[in-house]
Amino acid sequence: MKNSLQHLNPKIFDKDVEKVPIRKGFGEGLVLAGEANSQVVGLCADLTESTQMHLFKAKFPERFVEIGVAEQNLASVASGMAAMGKIPFISSYAMFSPGRNWEQIRTTICYNNRQVIIVGSHAGVSVGPDGGTHQAIEDLAITRVIPNMTVISVCDHIEARKATLAVANLGTPVYLRLAREKTAVITTDESPFEIGKANLLYGTPDVKADVGIVATGALVYKALLVAEALKKEKISVKVLNVHTIKPLDEDAVLTLAKDCGALVTVEEHQITGGLGGAVAEYLATVRPTPIEFIGVHNQFGQSGTPDELIEYYGMGEFSITNAVKAVLKRK
Amino acid sequence: MDLTPGKVQFLKEKANDIRISIIEMLVAAGSGHSAGPLGMADIFTTLYFHILKHDSKNPFWEERDRLILSNGHICPVMYATMAHAGYFPKSELLTLRKFKSRLQGHPHREFYPYAETSSGPLGAGLSQAVGMALADRMDNGVSSDRFFYCLVGDGELNEGQNWEAIMLAAKERLGKLIVFVDRNNIQIDGYTEDIMPLESLSHKFESFGWHTEEIDGHNFSSIVEAVGRAQAVFDGPSVIVARTIPGKGVSYMERDFKWHGAPPGISDMKGEPPKAEQVKIALHELRTLGGQIKSEHE
Repeated sequence: MKNSLQHLNPKIFDKDVEKVPIRKGFGEGLVLAGEANSQVVGLCADLTESTQMHLFKAKFPERFVEIGVAEQNLASVASGMAAMGKIPFISSYAMFSPGRNWEQIRTTICYNNRQVIIVGSHAGVSVGPDGGTHQAIEDLAITRVIPNMTVISVCDHIEARKATLAVANLGTPVYLRLAREKTAVITTDESPFEIGKANLLYGTPDVKADVGIVATGALVYKALLVAEALKKEKISVKVLNVHTIKPLDEDAVLTLAKDCGALVTVEEHQITGGLGGAVAEYLATVRPTPIEFIGVHNQFGQSGTPDELIEYYGMGEFSITNAVKAVLKRK
Repeated sequence: MDLTPGKVQFLKEKANDIRISIIEMLVAAGSGHSAGPLGMADIFTTLYFHILKHDSKNPFWEERDRLILSNGHICPVMYATMAHAGYFPKSELLTLRKFKSRLQGHPHREFYPYAETSSGPLGAGLSQAVGMALADRMDNGVSSDRFFYCLVGDGELNEGQNWEAIMLAAKERLGKLIVFVDRNNIQIDGYTEDIMPLESLSHKFESFGWHTEEIDGHNFSSIVEAVGRAQAVFDGPSVIVARTIPGKGVSYMERDFKWHGAPPGISDMKGEPPKAEQVKIALHELRTLGGQIKSEHE
């Protein structure tokens, strides 16, 4: 059952659950962050409306810089602005930033430990028809590996808004991952959100369950659907929403491993290097636990609708359900 | 701003002392770059001892001018000049490139916070200087009294990111941004015009909308006058293409790309003095100003 402490959307399991693009929450959150702190600035690489930074631009035109199609410059200009006390948010498609400009992010932002928020939108395969070139499914891996970096991957537009506001006050380099597709609204304004604190959305705290799902991003919704459906098959499932991939909420992951004894990780990303990797690396040292990994298996994406691609690459409800049953047998 | 003859003599002697420090540092380190640091010693000396608004006793003074070193591999000249300017004891220069030293092989702000940025991977310094100048203008308008000096190597301009930054600086009309290009015509693999031709470099910048100056990078008056003219341009960025002699001051190193990334005294090279003699010759030439005076050290 839903964890009542999380104040989730009461209509989450309804067929007509409201769906909103995650990036919309970023656009709204950036305006709020800009109102709260005059040092917040926005930089974009020719994708202002697409990444929803146009709302900030309209409100604070003097604090917006159009960099043009130049993501390497985007990252390093932001680093320079941060050196002068600004809090720059830089937005593009995740494939181009942090994809194209990885070394600039490493050296000019993270090596200098400057507060720049890298907003990668259209992450995962959900950019759909654009095809594999535009589908960033390696971005969590390449950002998570850099020292000083905080990595956030939000599950809906409300969480995106909260995360945007929170990272403006964090003081470290941040990667904020956003998806394009309209996503079911999971949380509400009342739901708790704290960077570095994973939220148990499904299942009762301190009560054991058969399997724990550790999920991030838009696929948290599918994990919840699976957990709800498996009730009928008498399989109890807990769902932990890990919006902060780094630093990982180790306590929450360890508790889940102890309560369930078997885990499934779920992410719209390569199965290597992302959330699943982070969970496995941690548990291997403290409590080796059977894990099944849901994600893309060493492939590039292709054109299609987001739903077609999620199913084809093994990240849909069918695949998650099978993974739960498979890991249950390994307990 | 103009230089008196006395000040020119002062800068000349200071630059020579800094070159001696550079050789001593590289010898102690056993690795590092020789040609670029020696070639840029006159410009660094002029910046720190005549042009920059800075205070070595208050290194994080908010009002200071910013000097952004993009080609981090020439950091021995930055470290040596800043030590001579009083930022830290000159004895520390001999820790260059050693374990736990503040003076990392390429500058890292975590170890050496007096650097405005960490650098080493080429092509990213100019973007950061553009960002700094943009932020300053947002806060203080076009009449801010801070200048942003960015130093880039000529071979470094092979990196495409520079040209992204060059376009943005012109678009944003950053009048407080002044870039020095160390036009020494060498890079690791050879002469710049063989590796990737840059000429006509000044015209390239000009066509991108920049104010351009082209000077002899070893003439102190030329350096100061070019900076003065660049400072007077308030509605756009300026570049000073400084023709320098790589390895300046050590005869066997001058204009020879073999010394881009090598220190003296480490290996025998075809056409060069034997390695046992390299350091002695270098220090002798510098201490005697190329044989013009007698050295009290010998």
